[in-house]
Amino acid sequence: MNAEKQVTDNSYVRFENVQKSYDGEILVVKDLNLDIGKGEFVTMLGPSGSGKTTCLMMLAGFEPATHGEIFLNNRPINTVPPNKRGIGMVFQNYALFPHMTVAENLAFPLQVRGMNKSEQQDRVKRVLEMVELPQMGGRRPAQLSGGQQQRVAVARALVFEPDLVLMDEPLGALDKQLREQMQYEIKHIHENLGVTIVYVTHDQTEALTMSDRVAVFDDGVIQQLSAPDSLYENPQNSFVAQFIGENNKLNGTVEKVSGELCTVRTEDGSLIEAHKVNVDKAGDKTTLSLRPERVEIDPPKSMKNTIEGTIEELIYLGDHIRVRMSVAGNDDFIVKVRNRADRRPLEEKQKTRIGWASMDCKALDLVA
Amino acid sequence: MSDTALPNTNIAQPDRPLVTADGIPLKQKLARTTRTMKLRALLLTLPLVFFVFVAFVIPIGQMLHRAVHNPTVSEVAPNFAEAIQDWDADSGELPSEQIFEIFVQDLVTARQNREVGKTVGNLATRINYEIPGSRSLFTSTARKAGRIEQGPYKEALLEIDEDWGDIHLWRTLQRASNNYTLAFMLAAVDMQYDKDGDIVQANELYRIYIPILLKTIGLSALITFLCFLIAYPVSYLLSTLPLRTSNLLMILVLLPFWTSLLVRTSAWIAMLQTEGIINDIMVFLGVIGDDGRIQMIYNQTGTVISMVHILLPFMILPLYSVMKTIPPSYMRAARSMGATQTYAFFRVYFPQTTPGIAAGTLLVFILAIGYYITPALVGGSDGIFISNLIADHIKKTLNWSLGSALAAILLVVVMTLYWLYNRLVGVDKLKFG
Ligand SMILES: Nc1ncnc2c1ncn2[C@@H]1O[C@H](COP(=O)(O)OP(=O)(O)OP(=O)(O)O)[C@@H](O)[C@H]1O
Ligand SMILES: [Mg+2]
Repeated sequence: MNAEKQVTDNSYVRFENVQKSYDGEILVVKDLNLDIGKGEFVTMLGPSGSGKTTCLMMLAGFEPATHGEIFLNNRPINTVPPNKRGIGMVFQNYALFPHMTVAENLAFPLQVRGMNKSEQQDRVKRVLEMVELPQMGGRRPAQLSGGQQQRVAVARALVFEPDLVLMDEPLGALDKQLREQMQYEIKHIHENLGVTIVYVTHDQTEALTMSDRVAVFDDGVIQQLSAPDSLYENPQNSFVAQFIGENNKLNGTVEKVSGELCTVRTEDGSLIEAHKVNVDKAGDKTTLSLRPERVEIDPPKSMKNTIEGTIEELIYLGDHIRVRMSVAGNDDFIVKVRNRADRRPLEEKQKTRIGWASMDCKALDLVA
Repeated sequence: MSDTALPNTNIAQPDRPLVTADGIPLKQKLARTTRTMKLRALLLTLPLVFFVFVAFVIPIGQMLHRAVHNPTVSEVAPNFAEAIQDWDADSGELPSEQIFEIFVQDLVTARQNREVGKTVGNLATRINYEIPGSRSLFTSTARKAGRIEQGPYKEALLEIDEDWGDIHLWRTLQRASNNYTLAFMLAAVDMQYDKDGDIVQANELYRIYIPILLKTIGLSALITFLCFLIAYPVSYLLSTLPLRTSNLLMILVLLPFWTSLLVRTSAWIAMLQTEGIINDIMVFLGVIGDDGRIQMIYNQTGTVISMVHILLPFMILPLYSVMKTIPPSYMRAARSMGATQTYAFFRVYFPQTTPGIAAGTLLVFILAIGYYITPALVGGSDGIFISNLIADHIKKTLNWSLGSALAAILLVVVMTLYWLYNRLVGVDKLKFG
């Protein structure tokens, strides 16, 4: 984790030991430390209720931090009111003012700043073109489709050229296709304008495809903060491994530790060599995590870890075949087999050997 | 139709209506299949339609009718009422001998009549509305008319009372013999027929209805405005508090609905009277001297204070229901874009509450303008509303026609204001809850 954390002294946004409680009984955010560099796209990803929105609200200034300090551009902002922070924000339900036209909505932050009329119009026009809605200025938000409203909301957060934009599940209400298109557009805007974006979602695909770094939240704690690829390939704990992507679990006990690797005896007695990530010493209980696409059926003899399994179910998915097996006492062990012309035919109830490279199997903390 | 079997019958063609598989036009078939449903729905609303008709349409229609209906003369003296129509009032001469004869005969018949609404007394009262002081002329004449054995009747009447020679009296009688009259409507707006039958303003001393009507409108507007001033922050608080607290407070708002209006108004009497709680406290605190107690009840102040209190929930409820639907994210969005709390409130929050404001003000104003009990109890002589005068005419003076006419005027005023309001605000934008 330390290797990936780019500790930058000139971090743009910094959360320092931030804690938050609404009711004085439960800590919704527990000791949050987070550095975000200028121009970065950082996503907060996590299940519902994990405290993502709360973090965003503290950064925007709508909720006070119960403890700790938040810095913006190296300036503590705990006492700065939201309207003085200069942070653009896209809300989950867009919060477009229903009694104003799109153009009036977009001009609002400019008016507040006392910009003159003609410049306002210029900017509104430009930003409408940027989100590809040049004709829609005269409409009311209610007369726009969901996707169009979303674009206007993004445009409104950007029109006053803030350096930092917060987005709280901005695509939550859109259908899949529109979502993907908008993901691309937001990413595009980010690249073109160079703004810093803090993005909240609980859709992992969205997080992985858009972000420079992803902070995985659970239970008020950042479980891992990494670039998308290392998040998927090197999960630091079982929660991340299970939350991101598909994952096979095998429980066992560490027998021996040797450098980067360790040997684990699974519950049914097989010995497996795995990458030591979240265990220290022999005798530790562990959950092994294995990505379905890293498992091979009929592995070459040279492969270190092989184990016998029974095929329970075959699901044909076109580009690959999803094989549900029962392996080492786990009957929900998934293997993805690429649909190659030369692949061996598989049948249900067939016994077969499977194998994987030791480094692909992560020894993480135990989950029940 | 022979071509019903063709596969393309269901495709609309410009010269042929759409038909179903069995060749019946689609519209007709649809109407037939939905007819029972519609009938049933209609049946369900029938009790309501009936109720509205009996309890609303009929009484209001009757009231409007009574305001112009004028049956007295034609019921007391039917033959005369018919005959007098032939007289040309502008000729400057008294009606003919024949009309006098019919009049005397009708009077004699009427004197024997004991039926309510058909006695000489009724006739006398009716004419007395228009010629104050003429009552005894009719009653005494009717008493003596029985002794007139033969003509000429004109002279005989003049002998009984020479007022019968006044053309103005006959002109009034002729006008009053019509089954319908504008006299009450005119009286309700401080106008009257003069001696020559022209419509003029009433004597300045008798102009009471228009000033009271204007005062009613003015006080109602004031009450509405005060309600708005008080209700807005309260509703805002209610809509932003956590549900448990806001429910509790809402009960407090609704509490007045659970106690009798009479009790609430009496409570205000206890509070506001010169020997009441508020004055006592102020004297105790030394704000005012014992001899300087403030008169806060039995005048306009009393009416305004207690009516604001009583009508407040009608402002709070629509405001609350509108505010409840405005998510906090709007204000937050405005703030994040750099607006101060105040600016965000007036540009973003307030405009979104206008449907509630519109509904609340309309509701309170219309309730206030027709209010009766509270002004009657705490208004004294200064703080009464037009409804109190209407009630007086219905209950005390028993001039139902004038009461109806006043009510009709009030109805017209309310409708006009409503129409204006609709033009300005748009009733379709209202949101009552
Ligand atoms: N205004 C509030 N008062 C009290 N508790 C709150 C408030 N807002 C949020 N919480 C609690 O704080 C926790 C975190 O909420 P938060 O909204 O930050 O979650 P989230 O990660 O944004 O979830 P989601 O993905 O569902 O939006 C939840 O348990 C929630 O019940
Ligand atoms: Mg959230």
